[in-house]
Amino acid sequence: MAGLIKTKPTPPRWLLAELTYACPLQCPYCSNPIDYANYKTELDTEDWLRVLTQARKMGAVQLGFSGGEPLTRKDLPELVKHARELGYYSNLITSGYGLTEEKIIQLKEAGLDHIQVSIQASSQELNDHIAGTASFTHKKEVAHLVKKHGYPMVLCVVIHRENIHQMPEILAMAEELGADYLELANTQYYGWAHINRDLLLPTQAQFEKAEAIAQAFKERVAGKMKIYYVVPDFYEDRPKACMNGWGTTFLTIAPDGVALPCHSARELPGLECPNVKDYSIEEIWNESKAFSYFRGIEWMKEPCSSCDEKEKDFGGCHCQAYLLTGDMHNADPVCSKSPHHKVILDAIDSAAKSALSANEKPLTFRNSKNSKLLS
Amino acid sequence: MTINAEQPIHFSRTHRLQWEEAQQKNVILYPEGMVELNQSSAEILKLCDGTRTLAQIVSTLEATFSTSGLTNDITAFLEVAIQNGWINQN
Repeated sequence: MAGLIKTKPTPPRWLLAELTYACPLQCPYCSNPIDYANYKTELDTEDWLRVLTQARKMGAVQLGFSGGEPLTRKDLPELVKHARELGYYSNLITSGYGLTEEKIIQLKEAGLDHIQVSIQASSQELNDHIAGTASFTHKKEVAHLVKKHGYPMVLCVVIHRENIHQMPEILAMAEELGADYLELANTQYYGWAHINRDLLLPTQAQFEKAEAIAQAFKERVAGKMKIYYVVPDFYEDRPKACMNGWGTTFLTIAPDGVALPCHSARELPGLECPNVKDYSIEEIWNESKAFSYFRGIEWMKEPCSSCDEKEKDFGGCHCQAYLLTGDMHNADPVCSKSPHHKVILDAIDSAAKSALSANEKPLTFRNSKNSKLLS
Repeated sequence: MTINAEQPIHFSRTHRLQWEEAQQKNVILYPEGMVELNQSSAEILKLCDGTRTLAQIVSTLEATFSTSGLTNDITAFLEVAIQNGWINQN
């Protein structure tokens, strides 16, 4: 078995609890799997309580409640309360849709540490178009309420070709809303973003302009607002050190209980990702094939195996290698050393042509109808 | 940003300082992040409870560890801490 190592792995530090795939929004870059509509079962409250307890015991401390839209789970306050009692730092990663002041107070009392609100753009028209739902005014209201009730406020904006020109206005909006942290997440091209890539991938010139504006802003607001900048890896020379190394830090639990080394990993063939209904977190982390598969460097082939940077980026992202080269054991093609690097250059070229084309095809929005059509 | 000698120092309301049993160390937790602390850093931050000024924190720690001359080290650490938003004054 590739990558199987004998020494005990480092324990998980980050647990991402994807509580549900249900979501009122339809963002065309959603990281949920294309075929999410096929996964109908959701873990029940008891399962989640057990997962939280087991992962905490191993050393997980950062906890993300995500989805889909986690607010659609009625048991969210109960899960938050349990998480607080266990000593997690809990993050609610939400669209803000359906979040009322009453709920914000209830979650605070239950022990929630922070709320991250996503906004799709700096203007109502574009936000509501990208989200596929009229939500802009409510999201801004939620951001104010989050702040009012003493949570650190994290604003998350996913950046792509439809909104990258709004960078100055996005930054001004974050400042006006009093964000403590601003996450500028350049779209990562998996899942729904992969199928919409021609319409979402900005040009290099657009990236560079937006990055320069964001950098100047970061310096100006230093000490008041922190900026998390998720790099646009298609324009990098080397791949990202995905998940800080496979099976070293991050543990994702999908809505149906499947444990994943990264939230895209259920797309990878033959990993046999285990389910928390069948195994404990300790068994999953320490003993499963899926979590040990890409640990360490034994699985690597060229150009990774002889590369002097292999312990820095671990060969990059396996989901990207699989999606773009057909083999998850290949180096991430973002790397300029990859013999498949041309697929990245072709993708950039194809997106640029699409941007100039007079009859651009429409975005494929993330909803159950499209999910069923595409899977 | 520097430490105001007159004002008491308190730990940030939007960060959490906690002992991690699995790691056998104190950590600072904040949105999507964690800083691991060594023992002396943790001892300093525990005294940032909104009742003590810089000089009082120094004298408390010098008394606790029966030593002297900690002013420079503690000041340097607290300046890093205030820049990172772990502590506030006002």
